[in-house]
Amino acid sequence: MSAPEAATNSATASLPDDTFVSDASLRPQFFEWLCRMGDNALILGHRTSEWCGHGPVLEEDIALANTALDLIGHTQMWLGLAGEVEGEGRDADKLTYLRDAMKFRNLLLVELPKGDMAVTIMREFLFDAYHHLMLSWLAENSKSPRVAEIAAKTLKEVSYHLDRASDLVVRLGDGSAESHRRMQEAMDLLWPYCGEMFAGDEIDAAMSDAGIAPNLDDLQTGWDAAVRDLFDEATLKMPDQGGFAHKGGKQGRHTEHLGFILAEMQFLQRAYPGATW
Amino acid sequence: MTKKEWPLWEVFIRGQHGLNHRHVGSLHAPDAEMAINHARDVYTRRKEGVSIWVVPSRDITASSPSEKGPLFDPAESKTYRHPTFFDIPDEVGKM
Amino acid sequence: MYAQLVKSDALKSREDMSPEERAFQDRVDNGEKIEPKEWMPEGYRKTLIRQIGQHAHSEIVGQLPEGNWITRAPTLERKAILLAKVQDEAGHGLYLYSAAETLGVSRDELLEKLHSGNMKYSSIFNYPTLNWADMGAVGWLVDGAAIMNQVPLQRTSYGPYSRAMIRICKEESFHQRQGYSIMMKMAFGTPEQKEMAQDALNRFWYPALMMFGPSDKDSVHSAQSMAWKIKMNTNDELRQKFVNETVPQAEYLGLTVPDENLAWNEDKQGYDFSEPDWSEFFEVIKGNGPCNRERLGARVKAWEDGAWFRDGLNAYADKAAARRQAASVAAE
Repeated sequence: MSAPEAATNSATASLPDDTFVSDASLRPQFFEWLCRMGDNALILGHRTSEWCGHGPVLEEDIALANTALDLIGHTQMWLGLAGEVEGEGRDADKLTYLRDAMKFRNLLLVELPKGDMAVTIMREFLFDAYHHLMLSWLAENSKSPRVAEIAAKTLKEVSYHLDRASDLVVRLGDGSAESHRRMQEAMDLLWPYCGEMFAGDEIDAAMSDAGIAPNLDDLQTGWDAAVRDLFDEATLKMPDQGGFAHKGGKQGRHTEHLGFILAEMQFLQRAYPGATW
Repeated sequence: MTKKEWPLWEVFIRGQHGLNHRHVGSLHAPDAEMAINHARDVYTRRKEGVSIWVVPSRDITASSPSEKGPLFDPAESKTYRHPTFFDIPDEVGKM
Repeated sequence: MYAQLVKSDALKSREDMSPEERAFQDRVDNGEKIEPKEWMPEGYRKTLIRQIGQHAHSEIVGQLPEGNWITRAPTLERKAILLAKVQDEAGHGLYLYSAAETLGVSRDELLEKLHSGNMKYSSIFNYPTLNWADMGAVGWLVDGAAIMNQVPLQRTSYGPYSRAMIRICKEESFHQRQGYSIMMKMAFGTPEQKEMAQDALNRFWYPALMMFGPSDKDSVHSAQSMAWKIKMNTNDELRQKFVNETVPQAEYLGLTVPDENLAWNEDKQGYDFSEPDWSEFFEVIKGNGPCNRERLGARVKAWEDGAWFRDGLNAYADKAAARRQAASVAAE
């Protein structure tokens, strides 16, 4: 329960001054970008939580729930700040439960079905490798103190996620013939969804120009190297470089899967508007 | 499909800096590194530790319960090993 | 309880005991803890394996009815709390399997028996969770009933079981309260929410009473388990205690316990209440509850789908050990 507590504490404890939060000229872009950060955590956390009670072994069931709990905590922080920046009275819950699919800004990668453990672990690694680079940059360099603060808090947990996922990719890739095959198939399935992480648009450019967020091209170099090294160790083949990339999630054009996630996730809030829970 | 069960590990956690590691329970893992990861996920969900040891359960040598008498009873007669054995006059002050 | 209808030996009188058995019983009577490799009657060991195993199975099957609502929790905080709680249940299953393993049975063997239907889990988890108030009712009533049993079991005679129960009780202290907090939100919320809360109480009341198992005051099996201190109270005692504590909590919520015969009895300083329908209980135990098939099916599927994952990690561990071995030979 540390994550929700941390979120509450950060709202009441003294927050660093941050002129970006009230900067009207940057508001729409900053809000969008914060939704991207929050929605990635929210949707990946949702997918990860689907394993609870269905994991391949008790220890892994518990570990996956820890990851999902961390991501829910991150969602509260990022979407909480998004709501503040927007200034229209929407908090993290309102943004989570009362936006429709076209307003969601997560990567397509994180909304794909959880698949088997190979898909789950491979996706976690691919996303974590990106997430870790992103948060490390933000924690150290972001000119927005609030963003840097959230990044520093979440980075500790994401470092563990990345270690754990990397370790499992190596073990399963270099494990039995079947685990190797499944990991390779998972990679081939997910690879076309990786390009979107580094496909910058005008929002990313505005954030980078303001010094809030990194230039995505710079992150990609580190990500490529990290993935290639780990794949060598895992005896897995890198898919065809520079292949096709699915895009659109960051701009609100999603796969069919997101609608079903939201139908489930938002059911109570939609069916009983105005109730408190 | 192999039918091999992941081996059992005993988990010891140092709760705070300066304290001894204490046995907290056991878990299954394919090897030591994964046992450490599992221990973190299973036994420190409420931030209970600063350091973890794991030991394969099969490598623990235990004293035999039937030898309990010979092993531990002699110490009972050595009450002089305990500070309360010695009477120190109150006038001497705290010792 | 989480371990209902555990078969035990018939109570042995002192005269019928062997000298070893008598010495063992004396230790139990003195409040000593029995530890793994110490001598114990075979019946004690077998009964404990059945009881702890059933308890462990109940924890992991018990993840499913609440897990059913994790992806539909109505706020981020409720989602995190529910997920943490269901995760705790996995942890509790793990602690209990570990305790059973000290008696010379492996976790995989126990799971095998669960999956093949040769070991049972608590009847309560074969009931469906149909609306969000069920998350409240499960925490309040089901965890509430479980706690009635688990708190005294912290003093059970078998050391590893006792220590597992101590850890579980410590972690579970928030479970019942989070359930009641959901019930309060629902009972004091909109009319629809209150309706859901009443519906949840209506559906879970009798199944919760069944958790304690049928009356066992004359059972020789229970008597032996009580003499061994692996069962601390009779089923009826615990059920009465549960009703006494729960009825005022329902009244506070403004909800009606679905029992026309419920009435305070001044003489016994407790409530009179209707027995659950025991024929329903035995049907559920036999496999004819509303969700038996789904619950066991989900566990078997998780286990079978996970086989390649567990095997793959074993294969890597073997390879890595062989590589280390080769490297150390080469270095010599």
